[in-house]
Amino acid sequence: MGQDQAITGSDPRLTAGEAALARRELRRHKLIALLLVVPLLLFLLFAFVAPIATMLYRGFNNPAVAQLIPGTLQRLVPWDGTGIPDRAVLTRMALDLRRLAKIRRSGKLAEELNRHLPGASSVVKSTARKLRRKSETELEQKGADLLLAANSLWSKPAIWQAVKKAGQVYTDTYYLTAMDLERTFAGDIQTRQSGQIYVKLYTKTLRMALIITLMCLLLGYPLAYFLANAPPKTANMLMIFVLLPFWTSLLVRTTAWIALLQTNGVINSFLTAASIVTDPLEMLYTEFSTVVAMTHILLPFMILPLYSVMKGIDPSYMRAAMSMGARPLSAFVSVYLPNTMPGLSAGALLVFIISVGYYITPALVGGTKGQMISNIIAFHMQQSNNWGLAAALGTLLLVLILTLYWLYDRFVGAANIKLG
Amino acid sequence: MQRFPDYYGFWHRLGHYALRYTAYGVLGFLVLPILVIVPLSFNVEPFFSFTRGMLMLDPEAYSLRWYRAIVDNKNWILAIKNSFFIGIFATILATVLGTLAAVGLASPRMPFKRLIMALLLSPMIVPLIIIAAGMFFFYTKFNLAGTYLGLIIAHAALGVPFVIITVTATLSGFDRSLYHAGLSMGASPLRTFRDVVVPLIRPGVISGAMFAFVTSFDEVVLVLFLAGPGQRTIPRQMFSGLREQINPTILAVATLLILVSILFLVSLELLRRRSQRLRGIEE
Repeated sequence: MGQDQAITGSDPRLTAGEAALARRELRRHKLIALLLVVPLLLFLLFAFVAPIATMLYRGFNNPAVAQLIPGTLQRLVPWDGTGIPDRAVLTRMALDLRRLAKIRRSGKLAEELNRHLPGASSVVKSTARKLRRKSETELEQKGADLLLAANSLWSKPAIWQAVKKAGQVYTDTYYLTAMDLERTFAGDIQTRQSGQIYVKLYTKTLRMALIITLMCLLLGYPLAYFLANAPPKTANMLMIFVLLPFWTSLLVRTTAWIALLQTNGVINSFLTAASIVTDPLEMLYTEFSTVVAMTHILLPFMILPLYSVMKGIDPSYMRAAMSMGARPLSAFVSVYLPNTMPGLSAGALLVFIISVGYYITPALVGGTKGQMISNIIAFHMQQSNNWGLAAALGTLLLVLILTLYWLYDRFVGAANIKLG
Repeated sequence: MQRFPDYYGFWHRLGHYALRYTAYGVLGFLVLPILVIVPLSFNVEPFFSFTRGMLMLDPEAYSLRWYRAIVDNKNWILAIKNSFFIGIFATILATVLGTLAAVGLASPRMPFKRLIMALLLSPMIVPLIIIAAGMFFFYTKFNLAGTYLGLIIAHAALGVPFVIITVTATLSGFDRSLYHAGLSMGASPLRTFRDVVVPLIRPGVISGAMFAFVTSFDEVVLVLFLAGPGQRTIPRQMFSGLREQINPTILAVATLLILVSILFLVSLELLRRRSQRLRGIEE
């Protein structure tokens, strides 16, 4: 490190000119190193960081309703949330609904309002259909009456509260929903009345990830121990059995479990042929199948770090403990196990992190019972088109993962991830 | 029968066997599910299960019809082409950017090293569903959703951490005095880099590239969200096959993919040995 000290320029043996030269040289080295990293940083900023930032933003930002009925929302601002709003608001709403019906966008408004007031969807749609047939001048004069006549819901404060809430461009609704909370019209936060879904789902996801991690540990530890203590030739050969699944496509491994666990699959035909069971077991599309398939897929991530740590443990430690009278079990617990902790925590954290955010395997073998949080995010992205909620759920998941990653980096060091 | 030292008691010997058979059991659990696919892909019947004929080793029960089905299906052919096209370009992008960055990060003068490293490795840790959702929002704005370019960029981002890890690993064993030796003998820094550094880190670069390729080749979540019908890849095709109409064509494709992974495994092992030899590490 003498060279480093010289370059910092504080070395008293250097003249002022030499020190300046050294500082310039140091700056040049820094610049070159930085220039090498910058292209990748810019690339990842665009390809990876910006997309995720957009997602965080989407969880707060909800421009849809504000774009659909700007006039109504503007006139609704002074309304205090009690009684029916002014006739001007009602008239504007009637006109907006007619316009949306003409351009076939009333369905979108119905969908958005329904999230705040279940049942609003059909009312909005039917009202829009009725108002579509009226002329604009007619609505300008009698719009308020026609709206109230179209459905009794329009004379209730609840629908207008929903309109006002849904019309906020920046909202915490999605994040609250993702935590099973909701805001009353007065602004208080309370637990969601219409059901507790997401906290349960997060708990279930964490529970399943924990089970998978424990399974991997239970299966991986003895195997890693065996491999680490086997003669090198045997160990190298058996290592292929660990690395082959590691390198095999995820879809292939998931396909394999579908073939094995199906009602008419390999395991069931074996069990029925051997008369162990009379009716085939329902194993696929359950929580069980998700846990088994994911344990199989993630097991190498547990074995590899454990193996590389166990390889470095001198067998004489155990011999020393036993020669001093420790029984094998107590020697193992007090000498060997603590020495494997770095590999154990690395593997366990890695498996846990990966399984918390897993999507493909639960989607294919989990059925409805084996779904995890990722699957619900995908559902809101692709089927219910509730992108704000998907973004909020994704953000919570991201926070969870980053906390775990931070722990991993602290205890293991992200740069120490071993590959094969 | 294994010979034990005399001081081994009954429980010790029992434990020894228990460990050995547990280890074999776990190895079986790892490999058997994958190997089961191979014979099933030659099934003449459209089932995911062994028929009586197959168990009797009746040649009539085996056929290549599901392999022919791949060749005859233009969707599968397109998927295979797409997988290679996207994979190769994503690999090139990730490898070039990743190698440069890894060399920069290896410099002891690099500022904010730990932070940058954590950022560069994060695509490996963030769940794919989150990346997919974010990319869907963001790439749509730039008309990148539903294009090859969008998928190549997305997959390159996923491959970068692997290149960083493998190249950093080779650089960590790299003796910097070799670089200084090159300089002191009058070679320019660029020439020294080309003639001294590159040959030494090449195994790391190649294995990083292989990891990046496999990552892209095997990736399906981003494809589900970003690809149009024209950009379907092999895993995407398998995913919809498993969800909609399960038929043994998928098993035939899976068998071919197992062959591909064995090929990768062998070449990586050869690379690893070469790298260790170059760096003078004896096993």
